[in-house]
This record gives sequence, C-alpha cells and structure tokens, in this order.
Amino acid sequence: MSGSIQDTFFEECEELLEATDEGLTAIEGGDHNPEVVNAIFRAVHSIKGGAGAFGLDDLVAFAHRFETVFDEVRSNRLDLDEKLIQLLLRSSDHLSALVEVARDGGQVDEAHHDTLLAALDEYIPEEEEDLSFEPMGLGGPTPVGDLGGFAAAPVVPQEETYRIRFHPLKEMYGTGNEPFFLFQALRDMGELTVTLDENELPGFDAMDVNDSYLAWDLVLVTKEPRSVVEAVFEFVEGLCELSIVGDHDAEAEANALAALDAMFSAPPADGAALPDPSPEVDSGTAAAPFEPPVPAPEPEATPASAVEKASAPKAESGKQEQRGGPKPTLRVELERVDRLINAVGELIINHSMLAQQIANLNVADLRDVETELEGFKNLARDIQEGVMAIRAQPVKPLFQRMARIVREASAATGKTCKLVNEGENTEVDKTVIERLSDPLTHILRNAVDHGIEKPEDREAAGKPATGEIRLSASHRSGSVCIEIKDDGAGVNRPRVKQIAIEKGLIPENAELTDSEIDNLLFMPGFSTAKEISNLSGRGVGMDVVKNAVTGLGGRINISSAPGKGSTFTIILPLTLAVMDGMVVSVADQTMVVPITSIVETMRGSDDMINNLGADGTLLSIRGNFVPICDVAGALGLYRESEQQAGVYLLVETETGQRCALAVDDIHDQRQVVIKSLDGVCGEIPGVAAATILGDGKIAMILDPESIIAASPTAAAFDTERRLSNAS
Amino acid sequence: MQAEVKQTDQEVKHAEHSEFVSFTVAGQAFCLKITQIREIRRWSPVTILPHAPADVLGVMNLRGAVIPIYDLSARFGLQQTEASERNVVIVVSVHGKPVGLLAESVSEIISINPDDIQDTPPVDSRNTMEYIQGIISHDDTMVRIINLDAVISAPEQVLP
Repeated sequence: MSGSIQDTFFEECEELLEATDEGLTAIEGGDHNPEVVNAIFRAVHSIKGGAGAFGLDDLVAFAHRFETVFDEVRSNRLDLDEKLIQLLLRSSDHLSALVEVARDGGQVDEAHHDTLLAALDEYIPEEEEDLSFEPMGLGGPTPVGDLGGFAAAPVVPQEETYRIRFHPLKEMYGTGNEPFFLFQALRDMGELTVTLDENELPGFDAMDVNDSYLAWDLVLVTKEPRSVVEAVFEFVEGLCELSIVGDHDAEAEANALAALDAMFSAPPADGAALPDPSPEVDSGTAAAPFEPPVPAPEPEATPASAVEKASAPKAESGKQEQRGGPKPTLRVELERVDRLINAVGELIINHSMLAQQIANLNVADLRDVETELEGFKNLARDIQEGVMAIRAQPVKPLFQRMARIVREASAATGKTCKLVNEGENTEVDKTVIERLSDPLTHILRNAVDHGIEKPEDREAAGKPATGEIRLSASHRSGSVCIEIKDDGAGVNRPRVKQIAIEKGLIPENAELTDSEIDNLLFMPGFSTAKEISNLSGRGVGMDVVKNAVTGLGGRINISSAPGKGSTFTIILPLTLAVMDGMVVSVADQTMVVPITSIVETMRGSDDMINNLGADGTLLSIRGNFVPICDVAGALGLYRESEQQAGVYLLVETETGQRCALAVDDIHDQRQVVIKSLDGVCGEIPGVAAATILGDGKIAMILDPESIIAASPTAAAFDTERRLSNAS
Repeated sequence: MQAEVKQTDQEVKHAEHSEFVSFTVAGQAFCLKITQIREIRRWSPVTILPHAPADVLGVMNLRGAVIPIYDLSARFGLQQTEASERNVVIVVSVHGKPVGLLAESVSEIISINPDDIQDTPPVDSRNTMEYIQGIISHDDTMVRIINLDAVISAPEQVLP
C-alpha cells in the first residue's frame, strides 16, 4: 500500500482522535447528548476501518472493543457512569498511543493494553465478542454477500424496510465516492438487496464516457433508525439523486410517497421516466475514443473493477455543492504556504524600497503617487495577514492533548486533578503550536507532580480533593499569552532556596526576593524532586522549558502564592515571520532591536552617566541606576566616525533585570521580515536573525539578552547583584 | 557585470572541453568551472557580521536571500582586498547554498581540455594544496583552478 495513502490515514486519525477526545470531554462535562456519543462512535469506527485496511491488527482489535462499548451506550444498554467515563477516557488515550505506535513504531504497553481490553470486555455482552470485521474503504474487493458480524444486535428496537433509489450524478465519481462502499455500509446495518437499473444506458455510439447512467434500487431491512440510514449518504449529498422511503413512514409523507411508489412499482423498462441528470453533453469528450463507462455495467458481480475505475477521478472540475455542515477545507503542503509567506515578505520589503526610491526622487508633487503607494502598502498588509492566517491554527488540539498528559500524570502520582481549558480557539502560528507541546507537557507534569497536593492534604487544607489546573490562551496586544495556573501548594520557597544553595547555584548568604526564588526554578541544573519520579524530574528541568520558549522569541514567568498555587505565564509572538522592530544605527551599521524587549528609549546627556569602578557605567533614570551596555562594544564593532553612542534603549530581561543598550541613533519603528541566518553562518552572539531593509540592505536583528550577556560590564554587574542582592 | 568573452583560438571545440571563468584575486589568476557559477555581480557594500573572521566580509541581499560574502584573497592567505565598485562578487553554489566570493575582476571564459590540467606541484603550504585543484597554462599565464568545496567548508564550520 502506498505510503502517501497511509500518511493520509494517519492525518485523518489525528483528526478523528481529536474528535473523540472532544466528545469524551463533553461527556465528562455532563453532556450525554446522543449526537455526541454518535460522533465518537463514528470517529472510532473510521479509525478501525482505516486500520483494518492497513492490517494494523492491534489497533483494529482495540478500536473494535472500544466501539462496541460505545454501541452499547448509544443503544442505551449501558449507563454512562463516572467509572465508565474514566475507562473510556483512558481507552481513548490508549487508542492515541496505538495510533502513534502504528505510525512511528515503538512498543505498546502490553500490560496496560490487556488491562484496558479486559475492562472494556466487562461492558460488552457475550454475543458481541465475535470479532469479524470488514474493513471499509481502501481494502479492495470484498464480496457483498457476506454480512458483517456486528450487524446482529440482540435487542430489536423496530425492524423497518427502506426502499432506496440511488442515482449518482456524474459529479459524484469526480469526488472519488464509490457506490460500492455506500452499499457495504448499508449492508452492515441489515438485510440488503441491490438491483441495478441500467435502463438509462444509451446505445454504444450515444454514450458519453464521463456521464453517469446507472442507478440502483435498494431494499434494506434494518433496525437502525432512518437517520442512520441517511447518514450513509451524507458525503454524497447533492451529488446524487436519492430517495429513501420507509415502509412504516408516517402519513405526513403520503403525497411524496404516492409519487415515488408509482415510480417503484413501475416495470424496469419505465426507468427512462427519470429525468436525465446531466443533459448537457461535452462535445469535446463525446468525440473521444471509446472507454468503458465509469461504473462497470454489472456492479453486483464486479465491485472490484468499479473500485479501480472510479478511483481515478475523471473530472477534476467536480462541482462543490454549497451545503451546510462543516466548512470546506483544503489540505495544502506546508511548504507551499511558506513559499507564499516568503514572497509576501519580499513584497513588503519591495514596497519600502519603492517608497524610499520615490521619496529620493526630488519631485515637487508626489501626492498622487503617495496615495497609490499607501494603497499598495495596505494591500500588501492584507495579503500578509491573510497568508499568516493560513498558518495560524487554534490551540484546541494542543490543549486536548494536554488533558491526556494531566490524566496520565494524575494516575501515576495517585492524585486527582482536572484540567480546565480556556480560550481554545485562540489561533497561533503552527510552528509555535508544534514547539509548545514539549514545554507545556513539562509544565503540566510538574504542576501535577509538585504543585497539586495529595487529596487528603488538600482536604486538610480546606480545598476540594480534586485539584484544578487551568490552561488558558488569549491574545494580548500583538502577542499570545498562555497561562498555566494550578491551585496547588505553590512554590516551596525555603526548599527551593536550600536546593539552589546545595547545588551551588547561589551563595549561602544570598538574600533573594520571593520572585527571584521562584525564578530559580528556571536555572539550569535545578530539580526539586526528592527522588527522580518517572514523571517529571528526569534531570531536565524548567530551564529546558525556558529555552524552548525563548527559542520561539517568547518569555516565561512564574508567580506563586504559598498554599494557593502557582501560575506560569508564557508570552509568545504571534508569528515567527515578521516582528516589530526599532531601527537603530550602531557603529555605522543599521540594526534592528525587537520592540517587545524595549521598555523605553531616551537620549542621554553627560550628567546622566555615572562611572562605577574602572569601566562600569551606570545610567541614571529618574533616580534609578541601570548598567549601560555599549552595543558596538558587545558586538566587537568599532566606530569609524566620531559619533558617540548617545541614545539609550532601556530593555528588561526575563529575570526582570534592566539594562540600557547604548546605540548611536534611532531611526524608525517598523515591521520587519525575519530572515534566519541558519546555514549562512554559525551562531553569532548578540544576533538573533537578519532582515532586509527598505534600501535592500541587510540589517542584523539583535538579541538584547545575549548582548547583555556578552557585554562585560553589564554581565558582571548582573552577577554581582544576583549574588549579593545589593539593591 | 559582463565578463568579456574571447573566442579561443581553437576553431573546433571538443565535447570533453569544459568552460571555465577566469578572474584575478590579489593579482593572481584563478578560475572556476562555469557550471559552478550562478551569477556575477558588481560589488556593493555588505552588512558586517559581528565577530566574523577576517575573510568573511559580511552578508548581502541576493533577491531576498541572505548570502555570506567571502574575501577570496584573505581566504587564500593573501592580503585583504580593499573592496571597491570595480570589484566583483562571484555567486557560487556550495553545499546547496549560495555564497558570494569577492574577486578583483573577471577576465574571460576559457575552454579547457581536461588533459591540459596539471596537478598542483607540491608547495610548502597545506592550504594552497587543498584550495587549488590544479593549474593550467593559458596565454602564457598560470591559471589556478579553485577547489570550491575545500575553500568554502560546510556552513557550520565557517565561524568559530
């Protein structure tokens, strides 16, 4: 089986698992709506179907049990009590794990697998044990006569006979739909009789190879309600002429029934009474040499041949019918989107070049040109925002995965806690979402492991036994804010400090403020776990989290209140492709400083500068002294001109430390397109990336954090202060 | 920048002949296979890379791509080039990435019979041995064939 089909299957699995998770979360929240249960059932069933086609037996077996339990719930033979819900949640986690193993290889936790299977089996009535299963789709030929095993439900709600007239339009074949699979799905519901109506087939010469001439009359005897039967045809809605008539259908439909009855009772020869679905004949294709018509003339006998022929869609231009339901979406390779983003970046650079050239022209009246240029700029911005929006995705799937992390962590530590998600529809750049997964996992595991107390301790402290972790996302003035808030014990500051001293991270006599102690957690080599639990504390600590966040151009903060809990706040840029920057000049070079790190800018005068020691200088700002860091010196650049650094950018680092970056001049604040220097040169201390300015020149984008680290004075001052806490 | 193309004396070019672009660096003649060269541009001031070694001049904007520019002369251990508008940047593709090489000027396109290429005679400089793939005689001058892969190592190793 080709790899790309399998990839598609796994991609779909991802979506189906998300749907399952979402449904289960709704059920856990008390929503026992049958539609929710149905949605989960369908999702699991689809996974099973695909897995069967690829011979993923473990997955099929598990999905089958899972699905069967859901079938029981759906037919109201099982009550959704707390115990079952928890089992279903764990099973859904395990299903994800099985899918991952099937995709990436690896080992399934056998014991866990068997425990869950046994637990699920308890809910399955004896006669349902039969595991016969027909893969739907992709599997190729399966004889229609063989009935699926799980069609024979033991309890009979109400047997009903449906007469279905199904006439696909030619567009249906263009979308890759295949009558055979529809019939197969119907057959799974009960007794199915299929009759082909080929009366519309014209003579050989009159046949248009792209048209659809075949229709089927089906008689289905099933216990399923009408809605389930209709659901089978959900995907071909608008692509076929369809009528479903139940024998016991209400009199309300009497009129329609009469008309249709007339049609059904008519002898087969009268099939021509049906209107021709597509009277317009494409003259170009009509003249084409003979090819067999898309569906084979004897579908009952040769479904396989129909599969082969219809699977190569004849008409690319299959019309997308306008209908309700989920919004139509398009799968696009990421690379294509990125190419577009690059091109739009060029467009914006091109615009600023053009604007600069025009301004240099020295023409008296530029008003008209400027108006048009302004329009051009707005359009370019529109396109840019549109393209960026393609990459933006809601954080919902990420957050849903986190629910699983919390469940696993709770189970492993014997604590009970629930995860509450907020702002799931907040959209963030795809890369950011991907790279946030690990840090979030780590923070959440930590929160369960170290933050939330044991249930008895919680009750003793007058808190509900179940801990609550709140994961929220929101947009905040051009950045994304992600907050992880637990209602646990908060940071154990004396202990954190003691560990830091033991590990030699701080001197013994250090006096630190509460927030400084909290931030010790982010120091490399810090881990508070008393013993290495298999959950968190694997030697990698919160510093990894911090690095991951800074790697995305973001910041992370912790605040904590003893006995009340801790809050981690992650602030991230909306996109990784453009940013707002302050254009400055340093030693005759133009550079860009990210606006997010700048607190304020000021022009300095001599009386604001104070010397400290031999070469330390401090800038006095309204009575506060902050160390000055000369950007040119930190980058190893030397000024050729006489101009001295006279402008200061006050920046604040993540640890809350302030520093004044000395630059020669400030020019402008503007949006710049980020160009990575990866592969151009190695890592340069102090430089984050590059960008292209309006004049076509490249400018370095500075990284204030590493400039301060590279600057001897400011760094020394920082260490000094950190160690002695002089302020 | 157009390179001046001189027709070689040979009327008939053999199929195995390959074309090289010759140029001068610090007064010496060098050449590169024409297929290695993507374009030749006039020198324009580049953006300095902080903390870069002396033979890395900086980065340049090549239609939206950021490409590093090397001073070939400094790379060969000769004196640093005082880049001016008369100089050229030869854009080559090394390890799948575009890289700019500063040269004094481009001379001509020469057609070389591979049999005419002589091995570099052993000299007392390992760098030279590595950087020069071979030498040929053209119009009574010695033209050095540059071993591009050796001159420009993989990007990670360019900067310390």
